[in-house]
Amino acid sequence: MRRRPASPGQAGQGRGLADLAGLAPAMALFGVFIVVPMLGAIALSLFRWNGLGTPHWAGAANWIQFAHDPLARQALTVTAKVVVLSWVVQTPVSIALGLFIAGRQRYRSVYAALYVLPLLLSTAGIALMWEALLDPNFGGLVALSRSLNLGFLRQNWLGNPALTLYVIIGLIAWQFIPFHTLLYQMGRRQIPDVLYEAARLDGASPAQLFWRVTLPQLRYTIVTSSTLIIVGSLTYFDIVYIMTNGGPGYTTRVLSLDMYQAAFQQNEFGYASVLAVVLGVVGVGIALGLVRFSGFGSMASQQEGAA
Amino acid sequence: MSRTIVSRPARTAADPARGPAAPSRARLRVSPGRVITCVLATGWPVVVLAPVYYMVLASFRSQGTYLTANPWLPGGGLTLSEYGTVFGAGLGRYLVNSVIITAVCIVLTLSICLGAAFRIVRRSTWAAGASFRILLLGLAIPIQAIIVPLYLLIYKLHLYDTLFALMLTMSAAAVPVSVLIMVSFVRDIPRELIGAMLVDGGTEWTVFRRLIVPLSKPVLATLAIYDGLNVWNNFILPLVLTQSNSVAVLPLGLTKLEGQYAINVPAVMAAVLLSVLPLVVLFIVMRKQVMRSLGSVVMR
Repeated sequence: MRRRPASPGQAGQGRGLADLAGLAPAMALFGVFIVVPMLGAIALSLFRWNGLGTPHWAGAANWIQFAHDPLARQALTVTAKVVVLSWVVQTPVSIALGLFIAGRQRYRSVYAALYVLPLLLSTAGIALMWEALLDPNFGGLVALSRSLNLGFLRQNWLGNPALTLYVIIGLIAWQFIPFHTLLYQMGRRQIPDVLYEAARLDGASPAQLFWRVTLPQLRYTIVTSSTLIIVGSLTYFDIVYIMTNGGPGYTTRVLSLDMYQAAFQQNEFGYASVLAVVLGVVGVGIALGLVRFSGFGSMASQQEGAA
Repeated sequence: MSRTIVSRPARTAADPARGPAAPSRARLRVSPGRVITCVLATGWPVVVLAPVYYMVLASFRSQGTYLTANPWLPGGGLTLSEYGTVFGAGLGRYLVNSVIITAVCIVLTLSICLGAAFRIVRRSTWAAGASFRILLLGLAIPIQAIIVPLYLLIYKLHLYDTLFALMLTMSAAAVPVSVLIMVSFVRDIPRELIGAMLVDGGTEWTVFRRLIVPLSKPVLATLAIYDGLNVWNNFILPLVLTQSNSVAVLPLGLTKLEGQYAINVPAVMAAVLLSVLPLVVLFIVMRKQVMRSLGSVVMR
């Protein structure tokens, strides 16, 4: 328990000043450059504006345009595919790799270090590296297909409408699986050995240990990792922008790219803001939903309860 | 790892991954899950390393030999000439810009966030609780969702195409996660220590300076790495908020170089490698710390 200082009025004032000094800089920066633009996006979505001159009040016009825009629907479909497939690809692989490097053998920590490599590369670097590998004429995969006589490696990876989206999803997985592997490694190491011992005494098989002990014990890690994968791929931009710019056709035009082009290429800031609000609302909604669904918000409630 | 006597029996039975003490029955059984894991575990390093190996080798080619020699084998002549090319094309400038904004962002973010985290943990006024709740919500806002108004704001503030724009926005974006991590760390500092200091006539400021700051060094190191990595690699903010080569940072600069040297793959690969070199050095020097901070930021 904290002892009460002698004169509460004076001390209260001191704490008020301390709060001001401590909180103000961080909250001001966050308020001006994050909260204000967020509110700005909502407001802008109600105006027509080309970036120059005065914005014109448009009411719901941008939103109606969004509802009828086949390009936006296409972008939503592509984005949904990226989200779902990213989760489906990244989660099981990350769990398997994470459990593997959670072992205590010495060589596994060397492995872990190898796994982390893609985390150091910037997205731009990853995109440029893979462009060199996937180039249909002079790329690394074409060279490999020639020397090893593997015909299937010879594809127009970034120009085939039936293929490119999956290539992009694969590259996103390449970039992010290491991170989620690290999460699962840490999650696995927090499971008490007693649980495995008890289950094994009851005659549990390795498969049962995995399904009945490991997986349930990893639930918080799974929620955290899934939230990051889902929200991250919902707003994914970098690799798509650099490598395909939405093409071929509109097959890889994700929602954030659609928004970027509406704003910075077509100068339709109002309409772009509609797309931004959609991104923000869906992203925050999914994140909060997953957090609540899993009871992961305990951090906040502890704060409130202990006052 | 220190273990108490109570948990001793757990060590003797335990985990198949743990070694000799595990019952041999479980170790010998070959389950499908284990097979899948082993295949993935040996396959994944190949998937990770092969492209990087290709990039390293390609960066040591000249433009000509890249097209003629087998790009997967080191034969056919290697050279450092393209590293010179990219420095001539302005990579040095991008490197300096990246170092500047990363250093400024780390210092700015950490210094303003630790103060906020301390006040939130002290919970002295309503403002602390309100700030905490706002930041929790802010954690979920993706930067892409605010990039359009952010651009307009930066433009109105006459900060467009300056490094200041990047410093301010990237630091702001790092505030929620940094404060929340710091809160969960500072909360574990015993209240008795704070209380004793206050009773001895200390003020909130002396508590912060003499107790909180020194004790928070581990979490500051963790966040310096995490926030620094994010700033170093961020792409969309420089893309939207800057345009001149003189203020381009590395990720954006790389794409500019690619525009200049589309055909010259070795030059582009050399640039990518140079851009990641500082991080690789950092990683080699402090591997454990880097890996722990990457994960612990999210795991809490």
